[in-house]
Amino acid sequence: MRPVSSALDRLSRFGRFLWSGWAGLAGLALIAALWQAGHEAYGDFILPAPLDTLIAGWRLLHDGSAVELLALTTRRALAGFALCAVIGTAAGVAAGYSPATLRLSRPVLTVLMGVPPIAWIVLAMIWFGASDRTVAMTILVSTTPVVFIGAVEGVTTRDRGIEDMARVFGAGPIRRFTHVAARQISTQLFPALILALGSSFKVAIMAELLANAGGIGGALARARAMLDIAEAMAWVGLAVAALIVVEYVLIRPLRSELERWRDAAAPWGVKR
Amino acid sequence: MTVLELQRIGHSFFGRKVLDAISLSVGAGEIVALVGPSGSGKSTIAHIAAGVVDAREGRVVRRYHRHTMVFQDPRLMPWATARDNIGFPLRLAGVRRGGRDGAIRAAALRAGLLPEDLDKYPSELSGGMRQRTAIARALVTDPDFIYFDEPFTALDVALKRRMQDLVIKAAASAHFAALFITHDLSEAIRISHRILVLDANGRGIAGARILPGAPGSRDDAAVFALRQRFLTEDPLFARIHDIDERLRP
Ligand SMILES: Nc1ncnc2c1ncn2[C@@H]1O[C@H](COP(=O)(O)OP(=O)(O)OP(=O)(O)O)[C@@H](O)[C@H]1O
Ligand SMILES: [Mg+2]
Repeated sequence: MRPVSSALDRLSRFGRFLWSGWAGLAGLALIAALWQAGHEAYGDFILPAPLDTLIAGWRLLHDGSAVELLALTTRRALAGFALCAVIGTAAGVAAGYSPATLRLSRPVLTVLMGVPPIAWIVLAMIWFGASDRTVAMTILVSTTPVVFIGAVEGVTTRDRGIEDMARVFGAGPIRRFTHVAARQISTQLFPALILALGSSFKVAIMAELLANAGGIGGALARARAMLDIAEAMAWVGLAVAALIVVEYVLIRPLRSELERWRDAAAPWGVKR
Repeated sequence: MTVLELQRIGHSFFGRKVLDAISLSVGAGEIVALVGPSGSGKSTIAHIAAGVVDAREGRVVRRYHRHTMVFQDPRLMPWATARDNIGFPLRLAGVRRGGRDGAIRAAALRAGLLPEDLDKYPSELSGGMRQRTAIARALVTDPDFIYFDEPFTALDVALKRRMQDLVIKAAASAHFAALFITHDLSEAIRISHRILVLDANGRGIAGARILPGAPGSRDDAAVFALRQRFLTEDPLFARIHDIDERLRP
């Protein structure tokens, strides 16, 4: 009986997910309408019509080369993101558990966050040239602080009472971490990871553009040089689409699986 | 035979001494009630005895096999259903998921939870249901020692009685011993073999009263009479209803 009900539960969550897709579509339609209005006011050169952009995007996708460039940028962004997720989480959890480390890392973090990403790109270009590693390093230094802070928050704001409970019921330090603390940390960590994923994409494209390292950023640079506004807009749209696909295929399902209880705790109006 | 012994336990939080020279013992199958004013250190004693807090001074000797605890607040995991919360000690004990269900159902039933409540998350349960989930969690592994820290405070009168009867019966049949913390003197009289009164400042156990007969054998009239006698004639109980020792001039 339980597998059936849990399958039903999953199905209903999927239904709600689709339903929220309608709301998303309505939002997109609103953007398109404003865009069209802008196009009609300022003309083709400043703002090409959304339909033209769509067609340009379609054409790019069908050339075949666009898919390759998208894949390259996505791969770079995901590689940088994975690196920052692993390093940021590990360092953040370690710092959360060790107050001395945390105090030590605060000023380091302030400095890291204070340096503009553009400066990192310049440095990385000097060190690594126009390569994957430039992109990866730029993503790493500019997004790790967010993940780090999320992990630290997760550790320091967790409810220790539940860990004491686990201890009474016979859990040693390792199982207290894996069964209790990790779950609590993840609730703070997930929003930070989603944020980091988004900025990974943005930073990847920016680094590609400035370092002339190919990918979507490189294509954008070319479109700009050729004053092909529709194509530039199309690239932007494709990049956003790639990010949305990754977020909704990878992150959201994982999160909703882990955080079913939040759904249960949400007031009715927020749920739908 | 004593199954739990605290020897001259002392403890302080951030340099403020809250417990000093606490010695007490609990025999096999015995229910010992611990009463004392709010803030006198009762929960801290339970936490030290159960190993959650390491005492600064003194020694804890445990001769039972397995203990569990009902905390003053339910301490449920918000991300797990009532079923998984109740089954958590079994999971820690290495019982496979399929093997837990029977024990979970039985424990939930004993604590007065309906099967349909088991699939709810703590946020979907009422305060009393949460506390009953915590009680079921403490019963599910058949421990031979249970710490109760004011477990029934959030329950209504009828349910409170039912839970008290449950503890009395379960202790007699399953032979667990218990340290039962409460501020309700009638509850202490109904449920226990022996009442310990904690000094209002946590400076030792002020005294003990052994109750006549077995727990559960005392009817309401007897409980009431005993309570009146303790409160009016016995100097030991004079201060147990004080609010907080720090508020006193
Ligand atoms: N984690 C802690 N950090 C600092 N002080 C604490 C901590 N836990 C308890 N105390 C202090 O220790 C004293 C005893 O607290 P405790 O919770 O043991 O009281 P109690 O007898 O259980 O009270 P109540 O009946 O209200 O539950 C209180 O003065 C409290 O402020
Ligand atoms: Mg207490």
